[in-house]
Amino acid sequence: MSKKASAPHLFDGKIVAAASVDAFRKLDPRHLMHNPVIFVTEVVAALVTFLWARELMNGGGAPFFSGQIAIWLWFTVLFATFAEAVAEGRGKAQAASLRATRSDTHAKRYLDPTDPKGLYSGVNALDLRVGDVVLVEAGDIIPSDGEIIEGVASVNESAVTGESAPVIREAGGDRSAVTGGTTVLSDWLKVRVTAAPGSTFIDRMIALVEGAERQKTPNELALSILLAGMTLIFLIAVVTLWGLAGYSGTFVSVVVLVALLVTLIPTTIGGLLSAIGIAGMDRLIRFNVIATSGRSVEAAGDVDTLLLDKTGTITFGNRMATEFLSVADVAEEELAAAALSASLADETPEGRSIVALAKGEYGLADPDFGAQPTIVPFAAQTRISGVDAAGRSIRKGAIDSILRHVGVPLERTPPEFRRAVDGVASSGGTPLAVAENGRLLGVIHLKDVVKPGIKERFAALRAMGIRTVMVTGDNPVTAAAIASEAGVDDFLAEATPEDKLTYIRKEQTGGRLIAMCGDGTNDAPALAQADVGVSMQTGTQAAREAGNMVDLDSNPTKLIEIVEIGKQLLMTRGSLTTFSIANDVAKYFAILPALFIATYPQLGALNVMRLASPQSAILSAVIFNALIIVALIPLALKGVAYRPVGAAALLRRNLLVYGVGGLVLPFIGIKAIDLVVAALHLA
Amino acid sequence: MTFIGLAQIALVFVLALAAAVPLGRYMAALFSSDAAGDASLVRRIEGGLYRLAGVDPAREQGWLAYTLSMLVFSGFGFASLYVILRVQALLPWNPQGFDNLSPDLAFNTAISFLTNTNWQAYSGETTMSHFSQMVGLAVHNFLSAATGIALALAITRAFARSNVATLGNFWVDMVRTTLFLLLPLSFALAFAFVALGVPQTMVGFVDAATLEGAKQTLALGPMASQEAIKQLGTNGGGFFNANSTHPFENPGALSNALQIWAMLVVSTALPIAFGRMVGLPRQGYALLAAMGVLLIAAVLVVYGAEASGNPLLTQLGLDPSQGNMEGKEVRFGQAMSAMFVAVTTGLSCGAVNAMHDALTPLGGFVPMFLIQLGEVLPGGVGSGLYGMIVFAILAVFVAGLMVGRTPEFMGKKIEAREMKLVMLAVLILPLVILGFSAVSAMLPAALASLANAGPHGLSELLYAYSSAAGNNGSAFASLNANTPWFNVTTGISMALGRFGYVVPVMAMAGSLAGKTRAPASAGTFPTDGPLFIGLLVGVILILGGLQFFPALALGPIVEHVLMLAGKTF
Amino acid sequence: MLQHIRPALVLLFVLTALTGVAYPLAVTGVAQMAFPEQANGSLVKRDGAVIGSALIGQNFTSPRYFHGRPSATSATDPNDATRTVDAPYNAANSSGANLGPTSQKLIDRVKNAAEAWRAAVGAGQIPGDALTTSASGLDPHISPESALAQSASVARARGLPGGRVRALVAEHIERPLLGLIGEPRVNVLGLNLALDRLGST
Repeated sequence: MSKKASAPHLFDGKIVAAASVDAFRKLDPRHLMHNPVIFVTEVVAALVTFLWARELMNGGGAPFFSGQIAIWLWFTVLFATFAEAVAEGRGKAQAASLRATRSDTHAKRYLDPTDPKGLYSGVNALDLRVGDVVLVEAGDIIPSDGEIIEGVASVNESAVTGESAPVIREAGGDRSAVTGGTTVLSDWLKVRVTAAPGSTFIDRMIALVEGAERQKTPNELALSILLAGMTLIFLIAVVTLWGLAGYSGTFVSVVVLVALLVTLIPTTIGGLLSAIGIAGMDRLIRFNVIATSGRSVEAAGDVDTLLLDKTGTITFGNRMATEFLSVADVAEEELAAAALSASLADETPEGRSIVALAKGEYGLADPDFGAQPTIVPFAAQTRISGVDAAGRSIRKGAIDSILRHVGVPLERTPPEFRRAVDGVASSGGTPLAVAENGRLLGVIHLKDVVKPGIKERFAALRAMGIRTVMVTGDNPVTAAAIASEAGVDDFLAEATPEDKLTYIRKEQTGGRLIAMCGDGTNDAPALAQADVGVSMQTGTQAAREAGNMVDLDSNPTKLIEIVEIGKQLLMTRGSLTTFSIANDVAKYFAILPALFIATYPQLGALNVMRLASPQSAILSAVIFNALIIVALIPLALKGVAYRPVGAAALLRRNLLVYGVGGLVLPFIGIKAIDLVVAALHLA
Repeated sequence: MTFIGLAQIALVFVLALAAAVPLGRYMAALFSSDAAGDASLVRRIEGGLYRLAGVDPAREQGWLAYTLSMLVFSGFGFASLYVILRVQALLPWNPQGFDNLSPDLAFNTAISFLTNTNWQAYSGETTMSHFSQMVGLAVHNFLSAATGIALALAITRAFARSNVATLGNFWVDMVRTTLFLLLPLSFALAFAFVALGVPQTMVGFVDAATLEGAKQTLALGPMASQEAIKQLGTNGGGFFNANSTHPFENPGALSNALQIWAMLVVSTALPIAFGRMVGLPRQGYALLAAMGVLLIAAVLVVYGAEASGNPLLTQLGLDPSQGNMEGKEVRFGQAMSAMFVAVTTGLSCGAVNAMHDALTPLGGFVPMFLIQLGEVLPGGVGSGLYGMIVFAILAVFVAGLMVGRTPEFMGKKIEAREMKLVMLAVLILPLVILGFSAVSAMLPAALASLANAGPHGLSELLYAYSSAAGNNGSAFASLNANTPWFNVTTGISMALGRFGYVVPVMAMAGSLAGKTRAPASAGTFPTDGPLFIGLLVGVILILGGLQFFPALALGPIVEHVLMLAGKTF
Repeated sequence: MLQHIRPALVLLFVLTALTGVAYPLAVTGVAQMAFPEQANGSLVKRDGAVIGSALIGQNFTSPRYFHGRPSATSATDPNDATRTVDAPYNAANSSGANLGPTSQKLIDRVKNAAEAWRAAVGAGQIPGDALTTSASGLDPHISPESALAQSASVARARGLPGGRVRALVAEHIERPLLGLIGEPRVNVLGLNLALDRLGST
């Protein structure tokens, strides 16, 4: 699990205070225009306010009643803008801490970018242009995003990632990208600027968390259209009611018609829609993932296939020794002791794992070689390590290297040695041979160790309908063995970047959405092609540009959480929409009998809630309609609980809670409010 | 309600379903097959027809071309029918010597038959010559039904296909539906009707001297042939003013059961064909199940309401055990009248075997509400299926998000463009029904047409525009709809209800056809289980019906409570 | 647009000929051969003269006959073509009464009819179909209850023993097919014809 940044309390005092002010600023009709449901509510709130004022001045009517309706209509609008403001406020708090790192920075810019050995002069970071080359030395803040063209340095990137351990950045390869706002701790770098001022990574992060550039995501847009359409339908229903009621001689006052309209149109989801979207992005940020578009968060919920790199995601980065297989006349302990001796000087992770296995499983202590052992360190050329001491010459290494070392062809090795080699290889592991003084002792089984718990996570993903595909450079035999151990659905062995791209395209033609993560420049095409491409913060600039999300922790396992956050966002939206629409049934039963009771007292039969009076019924429905928005803000911000179960089970649960709940709750709520309203003689 | 009554209802439903299953398979095969590859005689005739018409049957059309073909075809159909009605006095087969229709009535009637509404602002036996009935009206019973089925096929293909721009060929779909589906079925059904007593003659009328010596003129004509397609094509335009209540159109209990069966069979087969054509047979049955649940509930409500009778008449000494017999025929009884009432409006048929105007308030509420729901239970031929698909898309859109994926229906993503078009389509019904009703409710010229006072009068208005916009054609018939105001406004309602609805739906189909069809997985919204069926039912009731609730409260609902309170108007 | 016009015109013409002319004429031809009785209106003849259709109700006013249900059909006023007059069982202009359940007109009509019924037939609960108008105005049937209730007064008017007439009614009760499809009913014209035959023997 990746670490999760601490979230501010849901209703943090400062955020609420700021949001309360913002809620009023957002009443600007030009702003509200983008939200048709709430815009209509605002327009009719103004209308009722006007009617109330006219009643006050001209007498007549029921100003006490109209006034209360007007107040609650304004509250409905304010609660909606408040919800949005709170959601934004949580992002703003984060943006503020980011912005603190982006104080005015000076840069040492070379006068001639083609000659980064010549003179440089100090300029303000804001004056840097793409293509400029700057020198950054120990203690300097890197002035802008860029590509290292020369030098190696340790860099503190905590300003961006929150991780204080320094990372190495160097020219060439996959660690050549630097981020503006991070600090060089030692050595120096020459960096070619790749981002214009104001559009650096940190700038974009600030904009994203503040929601300044927030645009409606595709599904949000579609949902807005549904809500606008429903608003229009109910507008027709309410306006025509005036004429239809006129047939039977009923005069329905505009205030009451407005009350009916506002309770019927989907104000709940309309008021919370943008807050849900902002909160979804916010949750990602809390997981240290920056999405460069809201679209990608939605796409994350839709992902059908996850392309996961084997190394680091499915297995620990390195292979580990898991058993010693000795030949016939050698005891296992003897082999273990020899392997231990041969590996003492091997600082590679494999070597260390042999030491750990020998000490742990066989209880061996550090061997005593007496005086002056000759250490043979592991070398990439020979692929052998070992020790020469006290007349013993112990070696361990790749099978063919050791065989060459001892001068025995494979055919003439002991049969159990060959069996052991074949056995390890066919199980997907890597066999190493151990020899002492030219004699083969046995085989060490090196294995890719699958991370604990990963199989269960894949099973959970499968239950959610998501296929996992392991991508590895290993040969197909090895890959198949690990794939079956980890429980992935498919694997890509000996994968080249082109293979990944082809695989993604093939899946997409079949209508599937793909998520992957990557960090290298050669991952960039696949990252760009994938529907959700998560690039690692430690990755190259090209990879970061190609993906639509950046993981600041550079933890590829996080892809799974990203998918869950995407799903949670969509579920929250759907649940509140269902709830909002289901609410309408109860509101009809509250308002309709009240509307026509004067003409048709018999319609009181529909007053199933036994509300006190027509006025209190209407007022209670309007109050319920306003308060439910506030009551649901926490849910909108936190999101509906997500469980990794199949769609059918999720639907059953959510339909029960939000569909049936949405039908039932308002009956109770309106009745309760009516009791209060009647007790206080408000109507 | 009696056990025998319920058993009759169940029997007809079962027979309709039993016939719909093979018919659905036949249709799926018919519309998936390749005309060029089949060299049988009928297919050669079909090919000759295309050559004559200049149609290349292998060339498919995009949504726009398909829709334009449909509109142009309908336009010419309208023009020819209008002309026939305006000059029928000059045409042959007019044994009673009926006069030409007035311009507004001809306009209304032409639109009515063109849109599969078959609203009858006229009285058939006193207005229409045999030529008008046969060459004018009956033709459009075939063609409007074939057009509806063709549109449904185009929309079906939008789901069956991936990444294509075309939805089929309108001419081919329409011709095949007419030749290989409607005509053979109509032939068979027409003979069955004749055998059961429905007249089929070119004679106009026969005079009889009754037992008491009075003269009774029996209106006759080619009824059975028209009756067959009227029911099969969910048209509903009867030969007579009294429609299927008339003993000649519907002589007995068997013919009545057969009429209900015929109404149901094609519309029931369509979702089955749909499921097969998209390769998800369960999906077709799921849509059918949602339709069935609501329709059966509707039948039971009507049956219950009618069987308990009118308490106001019981007070006068009438035995309530027969239920409310006003406006009903003895030979049908309450059960099969109730079933006809609900089925004719759950479909967009509009044929009646009882006078809807005389139903009890709740009994009359049901047909009105079913029409307002958009007639998707199972709806008119073709229109019911695409109406149901629109509802399914709405259901998927509202609740589909709850599984944590953006909404998709049968693997097709539902996005902003689809939503825009769906909302355009679903706006039509409330706009037309409530808009025209509200205006009429305040217009003295319109109110003069009402024959009932009190809430029932408002119900008549609501019913008229619901029936017109929903392309149903049944009526609360005491409303005198043959006035310029009603002829023109119901005409507009019918045209908007048909074309204003289907054009955006076709555009949506075009957009869906171009999308990749994603495979289903454990994570996709399951749209073929009981959960979805329940959800769909809820969405139909809440999104489809809720907006009409205030109007209905002022009509049938308040009339019901007033009737119980003993109030009359 | 042009490419739509030729198919539209050609297909409209051909399909009109097929479905509007060939189809009904073919059905007529076969029907006249196979089912001439039904195809021509199930006419009932007595002494060679058409006295009605077995399917269409007739207006009976004489106390010597069983009465059908009230009919709301009308006809053009012979004196004023712009007006209509009540003309029960007008088989050239079918129509129901179309009065809603809370209509005062309906209540008044039934109230008057109930008084008339009680005067003619006698006291007691009145069968539900007896005073309500049928949907077509041409309903050929009444319920067995209605027929049995009327049998005594008809017998009186004809001077026949009550049991005889009741037995005739019982003979004329049509039962549901297989006990399931349809309603028990009595064809009024058929019953009255039998009644006449009874009187003449």
